Amino acid sequence: MNILVCMKQILDPEVPARDFRVDALHKEAERGSANLVTNIFCENALETALQFRERAGDVKITVLSFGAPSAEDSLRKALAMKADAAALVINEGNPHPDPLTVAQVLAAAAKRLGSFDLILVGRESGDWGAGQTGGLLAEELGWPCLSFVDSIESAGGKVRVKRQTESGFEIVEAEPPVVLTITNDEHNVPRIPKVRDVMMAHRQPLTTFNTADLGVDVSSRYYEVAQLSIPQKESHCEFVPGDTLDQKVDALARRLLEVTAAL
Amino acid sequence: MSNDVVIVVFSSDRAAEGLAGAGERLASAMGGRVFEIAIDPAEYQIEECLTALTETCRELNPRAILLSNDTYSQEIAPRLAHRLGGSAVGDGVAITAELRVTRQVYGGKAQAVIQLKRTPAVVWLRARSFAPASGGQAPSPVRTGGAPVLHAQTRIVERRRETQGEARLEDARVIVSGGRGIGGPEGFSGELQPLARLLGAQMAASRAACDAGWVPLTWQVGQTGKKVAPDLYLAIGITGASQHMAGISEAKQIAAINIDRDAPIFKHCRFGIVEDYRKVVPLLRQKLSAIQR
Repeated sequence: MNILVCMKQILDPEVPARDFRVDALHKEAERGSANLVTNIFCENALETALQFRERAGDVKITVLSFGAPSAEDSLRKALAMKADAAALVINEGNPHPDPLTVAQVLAAAAKRLGSFDLILVGRESGDWGAGQTGGLLAEELGWPCLSFVDSIESAGGKVRVKRQTESGFEIVEAEPPVVLTITNDEHNVPRIPKVRDVMMAHRQPLTTFNTADLGVDVSSRYYEVAQLSIPQKESHCEFVPGDTLDQKVDALARRLLEVTAAL
Repeated sequence: MSNDVVIVVFSSDRAAEGLAGAGERLASAMGGRVFEIAIDPAEYQIEECLTALTETCRELNPRAILLSNDTYSQEIAPRLAHRLGGSAVGDGVAITAELRVTRQVYGGKAQAVIQLKRTPAVVWLRARSFAPASGGQAPSPVRTGGAPVLHAQTRIVERRRETQGEARLEDARVIVSGGRGIGGPEGFSGELQPLARLLGAQMAASRAACDAGWVPLTWQVGQTGKKVAPDLYLAIGITGASQHMAGISEAKQIAAINIDRDAPIFKHCRFGIVEDYRKVVPLLRQKLSAIQR
């Protein structure tokens, strides 16, 4: 079975709000001293694929990224986690590709790379968080899509996946090819690659394309960012008054009731 | 073009009887028409619902299609937009007639206005971002058949609920939430849950508490969990990492109980107390019961 896992490199979402700035003119976050990291849900997706390979055996995992040349780091890390092959589509044309553009690029690259049974993408990204790549990619390919999946098992020629819903979970049977969007749970926490594998990953081949090679128009036709700003939220924490614990908790109780009674 | 509002609901005959339901109430509130697609939402299958909804929307030819932000709507929206040649955007907190949608990005650290470039605009809205409409006459719904998908490649074969029928966390007005500082499942069951009952609140938790297996995954709030917008969010033993704040950027008021005065959560709070929750919560429960009596 051939699995493709799509990976996105993003600005570290753990940057605290006080250090976060935006470039309102270019409508993007300022990099500052922040690290670039792989989007967590993409790593959950890779981990889910790796665990599936461990159970199912004959599985080849290819990782694919569309992004700046620095996205190579995310792919090398994926290789160190033991993905079998990696490909990068370098984004030269549009620093803000909209979700449809991303899906069209990924679909074209997937077709170029071979024939896949499953394509895994993260449920959403930690930067723009549009949450549309999986669905649009499936439509571009004419495949079905299952969302919020956290584990995959093989079931004859089919796969059985578990997916999260707001009230619990569902078990879904799917006949490949299918696109899966992956969410996190306690079982797909991404593994830490071994130092030796990190070194080895730097010597592995990386297929690169640009969008012109793939013949995809990267101009934004789906949507564009009209404004980006940091909301000014007035928030001054009032620590409840009192000299003793009893007094403070009493003030807290009254404050809580005041708020809830007003609802 | 008329400013017509059409409500499309999935409902079985059984559900429709008792319904006077979601769609009808909505339509009566807004004076719109209702289309019922005869598919029981309890029997939801993705490809079937998507196909039926696509056909209904082709017929109605709307400029905008609004959905809630539940799991099913989120998975349907981008694909529906693609099939209709429109553009989708999610987690909207405001939308204009020019199809500009405001949403949180970068985990709630920034806000973007997105200009959709194609119609229909397919927008799923963040829960509690809009006040519910009310009043009006209930029109009678127009029923349309479901759309059978002859060879669906996917089939939901089992559904499991892990909640006891309480409202969605996204719709809660008051939330009591615990984090790593709670220290174990006993703190949740013995202290936080009784407190939540006193406050008429629903329970939530941080990723740390869910990852540790102390509470169900369905409680998780944050970048990797649910995005909630209560009137009051009481954070207990939660430091307030960026990834957690991403889930509560739309909360009207945040209050915290935390042992560490420098915890980032206090930067987002309206009020709080710097103390060990183990000392605060039992006393707080006594006081709340006493005052309420």
